[in-house]
Parts: sequence; structure tokens; C-alpha cells
Amino acid sequence: MLLPLLLSLLLILVAASIYAVAATHQPDCSRRIYGITLAVTTVALGTALTHLLTAPAPEMLTLPLGLPWLGAHFRLDALSAFFLIVVNLGGAVASLFALGYGQHEKAPERVLPFFPAFLAGMNLVLLADDAYAFLFCWELMSLTSWALVMAHHQEPANVRAGYLYLVMACFGTLALLLAFGLLAGTSGGYDFATIRAGTVTPGFAGLVLALALLGAGSKAGLVPLHVWLPLAHPAAPSHVSALMSGVMTKVAVYGFIRIVFDLLGEPVLWWWGGVVLALGGITAVLGVLYALMQHDLKRLLAYHTVENIGIIFIGLGLALAFQANQMYASAALALTAALFHVLNHSLFKSLLFLGTGAVLTATGERDMERLGGLIHPMPWTALAFLIGAAAISALPPLNGFVSEWLTFQAILISPELPQWLLKFLVPAIGAALALSAALAAACFVKAFGITFLGRPRSPAAAQAQETDRYSLAALFTLAALCLLAGILPGLVVDGLAPVVGLLNGGARLTAQHSQPWLTLVPIVDVKSSYNGLLVLLFMALSGTGAAFLIHRLASNKSRRGPPWDCGFPDANPAFQYTASSFAQPIRRVFGSVVFQARERIFMPPPGDLRPARLEVKLRDPVWEHGYAPIAAAVVALSGRFNHFQYLTIRRYLSLVFGVLVLLLLGMALWR
Amino acid sequence: MALITDYLVQGSQMLLLLLLAPLLTGLIRAFKAQLLRRRGPSPLQPYRDLSKLLRKEVILADSASWLFRVAPYLIFAAIWVAASLVPTFASGLLFNWTADLIAIVALLGTARFFLALAGLDVGTSFGGIGSSREMMIASLAEPAMLMMVFTLSLLAGTTELSAVARFMLTADVGLRVSLGLALIALMMVAIAENARVPVDNPATHLELTMVHEAMVLEYSGRHLALIELAASLKLLLYLSLLGCIFAPWGMATAGDGFWAYLLGVAIYLGKLALGGLLLAVFETSIAKMRVFRVDQFMGAALMLGLLGTLLLFVSRSL
Repeated sequence: MLLPLLLSLLLILVAASIYAVAATHQPDCSRRIYGITLAVTTVALGTALTHLLTAPAPEMLTLPLGLPWLGAHFRLDALSAFFLIVVNLGGAVASLFALGYGQHEKAPERVLPFFPAFLAGMNLVLLADDAYAFLFCWELMSLTSWALVMAHHQEPANVRAGYLYLVMACFGTLALLLAFGLLAGTSGGYDFATIRAGTVTPGFAGLVLALALLGAGSKAGLVPLHVWLPLAHPAAPSHVSALMSGVMTKVAVYGFIRIVFDLLGEPVLWWWGGVVLALGGITAVLGVLYALMQHDLKRLLAYHTVENIGIIFIGLGLALAFQANQMYASAALALTAALFHVLNHSLFKSLLFLGTGAVLTATGERDMERLGGLIHPMPWTALAFLIGAAAISALPPLNGFVSEWLTFQAILISPELPQWLLKFLVPAIGAALALSAALAAACFVKAFGITFLGRPRSPAAAQAQETDRYSLAALFTLAALCLLAGILPGLVVDGLAPVVGLLNGGARLTAQHSQPWLTLVPIVDVKSSYNGLLVLLFMALSGTGAAFLIHRLASNKSRRGPPWDCGFPDANPAFQYTASSFAQPIRRVFGSVVFQARERIFMPPPGDLRPARLEVKLRDPVWEHGYAPIAAAVVALSGRFNHFQYLTIRRYLSLVFGVLVLLLLGMALWR
Repeated sequence: MALITDYLVQGSQMLLLLLLAPLLTGLIRAFKAQLLRRRGPSPLQPYRDLSKLLRKEVILADSASWLFRVAPYLIFAAIWVAASLVPTFASGLLFNWTADLIAIVALLGTARFFLALAGLDVGTSFGGIGSSREMMIASLAEPAMLMMVFTLSLLAGTTELSAVARFMLTADVGLRVSLGLALIALMMVAIAENARVPVDNPATHLELTMVHEAMVLEYSGRHLALIELAASLKLLLYLSLLGCIFAPWGMATAGDGFWAYLLGVAIYLGKLALGGLLLAVFETSIAKMRVFRVDQFMGAALMLGLLGTLLLFVSRSL
């Protein structure tokens, strides 16, 4: 009985959207809308949680909507329940944040009508049970989020981001449309139950996998389809950025899982896993390297989403490789790791984007080079952001570490894979994952250290004030969840078990809650174990113990003074390290190959009063070698076809006739 | 009763580490002084330094935040917990399963994360240079370390360190190429992570080549004492790790009784002294390298680790 409840909740969201169009000029409209979305998503979250924990049989419902001969099918199973939790948790927290943050919105009429519809769209994608409903809801999600990206359309950068997003979203949907077409086959059974029951030849199945990778991957931000993401996610208002980066990318991951693991069913070939693994590895390393080169805080976070999507796809690729070899116990571990990371990333990426929103409200800046020292005026925001930064850098005892640990454990059991190519690929992917984890820590030392620590680099940063209590409540909800998922990972793994079982032919990890001290022991024979709770306990005990003893027995006096800085303290904040200078060593080590980073120093001759300059040039390999040639080709082709616009009616008619003859000829030959 | 003994052994191991760490640092300095034909301070000097620092008042920079004051305790706690998870004189202690080798590496990462943030907190150029370089070195050292962990756990079939140590004692280890590669990789990582020559020089204070010392430049008093102690603990951790993985002989197992433990401690002390001596010899025989050659050094460690892992993926007998 939960599915009708969920659908009626989504109806409320749609109604809220319509209400927002009508009432957008009333003074407290924003508060009402976000209050409604907060309430609705909280109830939906509870509903989804109930379904996942009680794990009943899937619920199905057909409504007389959409195509008349098909109807709209909806289904609630463990997989959709898990992703519903991710979506509605993110939605609830973003709404809570927006109760305060939304007051500062200059153009609420461009945000409020689309926000509830965006949430409804994401929820509906997860519930859809036929290809038509899925694609319709997918497009609803894309279009509403596009409208939100364009909320501040006066800025030319946002218009460009919106355009690129629209093009990539269309491309992705086209790929998904073709994938569903292949899945349904000539019989045209577009509801998922029929697709699941049918079989696809291995060749077509490979094509479906490729199309799913293109369609869902372009929405999730797999390299090389990621180019729109770091432009579009930061352009939206911050609570929407949090939803797009933390949640919408997960809906894309859901799309991939639904098509490849569920609809495609059994015929799994081993090289599928290899392809997904390789893409995931490249995405993880390139994503974090791109992120390190940024000094716009929101863009840095968006590029970092690309990295995390890579980590999720590494887990999914491993699972595919294991399933292809009938190693379902190992596949369960890899799937658990991927799904755990889905949850984790939605938590800390939302937290970080919301924290950036608080910084943006307080200072009006998102360029790190003009921030600094915000820990003094905004201590609570800084604490929450710090927890998010530590969690995303995979530091124990927080949650990011657990999912990376599980992924590492999955990699360590993969020498059993019989295929030689995988034997060579998997260790390289392990190294890529380790590298991206280490670079992520560097990236977030930079993000937190330059933004919140040091001394203010601009007057706006110096005059910042702590954010409002709604925003703080949202930030600390997420920070607490990051900590909880990190110290009680066994409970999360148990919660994921029905989802893993659904995707993995019933095989799942052993129940974790019965382990002593809630230790995480994913595979009993391997004995590798991790206990976040005890790590936290030991750290807390030794840290506070040391503090207590030292303050009691040795000295507790302290005094303020000017900084030492080896005897050359300079009062000018411009002498501090900046975001670019912090990343310079890494740019030199990694960027000189990947981005062909070149530094040029312009030093005027003596007597010349111009200042010295350091110029850094970075080139984006994906854009230059992938997109720029395509764009050039499109422009050239459209230039060629331009004169078709100025033909006489006779010529148009003869063109139509010629095409018709050609098509009929094709049909005749096909028969 | 058995449980109480277990707690006691675990607790005494943690205390032993804390007490030994400054001695190891002092011993290495004394060895180095001897090798350079200097007289040098007594090996007990670090204890005196620590007790002096602990009793002095702290001078905080005007722009220091709460993070700057909390970080030393966090760093110390993370490194101490990590160090006490490494089997020293006995394997299979009560809480050894709390965290495996990957988690130990990550705990060191936690300490590094906060140390680098503390370097940025006051807003001086020296702190920034230290943090930025530390993160660059770590971005290669940490994957190299993880690759070494992969090699070991592929052999031993687990990432739990006690089990790895027990496996290394069995007869079916033998001489393996992959283990040799892992040993070299681990030693290179240990040198980089502990800011030793040739990656960094622990004795400098005013040269631009410094990394670790630049980050902690603004610290004084008890905060500095904790950071120094944490650095000594980290060195001890790496030597213990080398000992427990590549020279696990003479290690007691849990429940062996008092005399076995005592023998284990004596052997452990011998291993540490030997390790310290080798490190001192190595450091005096090599010159420090430029910062932008460190990436090649660490890249070599990463490649060695990867090669070891790859060999094991290809065949379990390599």
C-alpha cells in the first residue's frame, strides 16, 4: 500500500509547483513552497525506508495515463526504495536549507515553480515501470533542472552552461530511447515486466550496455561525457546544485543499474565489466585532477562529483565482471560498495554544496582566491563543511572511507577472475582508485584551507556573518549522517542487502548486525575487518585523555601574539598561499602531462615599472580532442546545408518526392 | 580474567609505543651524530625537549582559529591509534581486528589532512608551502603504500595485519619477487612519510626545501610537543610495520604468557635499534633531493607497488 501513498505525495509536489506559479509574488511564498517540499519528502523518505526495511514483495500499479495502449506502469521494489531514500533525503535537507537560503533569492519566480517539479521528476523516474513513463519522467527531471540552471540567466556563462546541458541531456535521452527500443525488440512490449521476461541476443545486449553507458553516463558525468556537469551544476542556486550533484547523478546511476543489472538480465559477458571498470577508473582520476585545478568552489565540487561517479562505476564494473563469471558472493561485495558510495556521496556532496551556499550568502563570492578566514565569523558552517571535506576525502572514522574500503576489498578478491585482460586491468584500477583518494584529500585540504582558514583575502570575506539556523540545521543533519554511516557501517550494509539480493540473483553479504561490536566483516573467510565505532572511540579517548592530562599536569596557559613565519610576518593577506599556489606542485607533477600545463613568467627588465606576471595555461584534453572537432563539424555541415533554406517550392516538393521514393525502396529491399 | 589480561596487554603495548617513540628518534640522531664524527646529544634528549615544551605556555598567532588548537590532539590521537593497531611484540591482540592495514594507512591520512590544514590556518606563506608540498608528496606516497598493502593482502588472503604477520611466519611464503618489490616500496614510502632525507630534512628549519617543519612552524609549547611526539610515533609505526611484515620472527602470539611477551619485547627492541641504525646509515650516505624530483622518487615507489600487485594477479606463486 506504499506505492499509492508515494504517488499521491508526488501529486502534492506537482500541485505545489502549480501553486508556485500563481502565488510567486506573495511575500512568504518561498517559505510555503519549501515547507511543503520538506514535509512531502520527509514522508516519502519514511515510506521508502519502511519498504526497504520490511522488504515486502514489489508493489505494482497501472494508471490510465500516457500512451493509451500502454498506460503508465509504476513499481516499488528494493532498488527503487533505496534510491528513493537517497532522493528524498537529499530533497528534504535541501528544502530545509532553502527555508533560510531561499529568502536571499533575487528571482524566486524562476526557482519556486520548478523546484517541487524537479523533485517529483526524480522520484517518478525511480518508480516508473515502463519505458515510456521512464523516459517521460527522465525528461521532466532534465527540463526542470535545466530551468533551474537558467534561473540566473542574465549571466552569459549560465546561458552557455544551460545550452550545453540541454544538448547533452537530449543526447542522453536519445541513447536511452534507442536502448529501450532494442530491449523491447520488434514485439514492442515497452513495460519493464515484458522486457525482463524477454531475452536479447548477446550482440544487441552489448549495444544496450553501450547505449545505457552513453545515456545514463552523460547524466551522471562519466568522462568523456562530463563536460556539461561542471558548468551546469554550479550555475543553479546552491540548494539546487546540491540536488543536481548529490542526487540527480544518482538517479542516472539508478537508470544504469535498472537497465543493465535488472532489465538486461542474465546474458552478461565479461568484457562489459572491463569496459565499465576502465571508464570508472579514468573518470575517477581525471575528475579529481580537474577538481584540483579549479579555484571556483562550486565548480571544484562539481568536478569532484565526476570523480565519485567514477568510484561508483568501478564498483558496478567489478560487479558485472564477477557476475559474468558466476562469482555472485564477490559481486555482492562490489555491488554493496557501489551502492554504499551512492548513499555516501549524496550525503557529503549535498553537505558541501549547501555549505558553499552558506558561504555564497555570507560573502557573495565563490572564488576561493577572494575568500579566506571564514572559520572566524562562521564557525558552525566551517565545522560542518570540515566534516564533509574529511568524509569525501575518505578519512576514517567517517563514511567515505567505508565505501572506499569495501571497494578495495572487492578489488582484492578479484585475482580469481579467469580473464587475463581483467587480471591486468583490475590492479591498475586499484592504483587509480588509490591515487584518486589521495588526490581528493589534497583537493579538500585546498578547498577547506583556502576558503575557511588563513586570513580574509577580500573585504567581503572579512565582513561575513554566520548563516541562519535553518541552513545550519540542514548542514548538521547531513554531517551527523556522515558520521553515523561511518561508525555504524554494518547497519547500512544490512539495509542494502535486499537491493543487492535483487540485482544479484539472491546472493548478498552475510548479515553484519550480529558481528561483535558492530564490526564490518564483509566476507567471513577473508577476515578483513573494520570497526569505525571503535576507531572513533579510541581516537576520542586518546585525544581527550591527552588534552586532559596535559592541561592538568603540565601547562594550560596560552597567549596571543603576531604570527612567527620565520621572523618575516607580513600583514598583507596577499602573501598567503592561494588556491592556485596550493595546487602548483600537483599541477606540475600531474597537470603537465594531462592538461599540458605550462607556466610562463613575465619579468620586466630593471627600470620597467610594470609588475611581474605568472601565467598558467591549461588545456582541457577532452574538450579539445572530443567536443571541439564535433562542434566544428556541426557548424561546417550546417553551413553546407544552409542553402536548403532558400529553395523554391518546386525543389522542396521534388526533394520530398525523392526521399519518399528512397524510403519505399529501402522498405522493399528490407522485406 | 583472560579478558582483563588481554586489556592489560593491549594497554601496555599502547603505553610502550608512547614511551619508546622519543627514544627511537633520539637514538637515530645519536647514530647519525656518531656517523658524522660529532658527539651529539644523548639519545634521551627528545624526552627533555618534550618535557620542556609541555611546561611552556603556548603562543597562538592572532589569526589562529579553533582548528589550530584542536589539530595537535587530533593528529596525536589518529597516529597513536594507528600505531597501536600495528602488532609490535605480539600479534593477535584484543583490538587488532578493529582496523586493518588499509584503515591504518587511512588513519595516517587523517592525521596528515589535519596537519596540512593547521599549516594553512594562520595564513603565512611558510605554512602554505609546507601544506601544499606535503599533499603533493602524499598524493603519490599514499597510493604507493596502498599498492604495497594490496601485494601483502593478496599473498596473505586478508588485509588484517596480525593475520598477515602470522602468514609471513609460515613456510609457504618463501622468497618472492612481489615481496621484494613491496619491501622496497614500503621503505621508500616510509622515508617520504616521515620527512627523512632525501625527501625532506628533519634537521632543517630555515630552508625552502622543508616540508614537514614548515607546516608546524607556528606551533609552540604543548601543541608542538604533541606534534613532535606524533612524528616520533609515526616513525616508530613505520619501523614496527617493516618489522612485523618483513621480519616477524620472535613475535609472541596472544595468550602466550608473561615470559613470551617479555622475550617478544626484547626482540622488538632489537629490531627497532637495527632499523634505526640502518636509517641513520642511509640518511648520512645520501644527499637531499630537489622538491620536484620527489615525484619521480615516489612515482618509482608507486610503480614498484603496482608491479608487485600485478605479478600476484597474474600468478599467486610470484
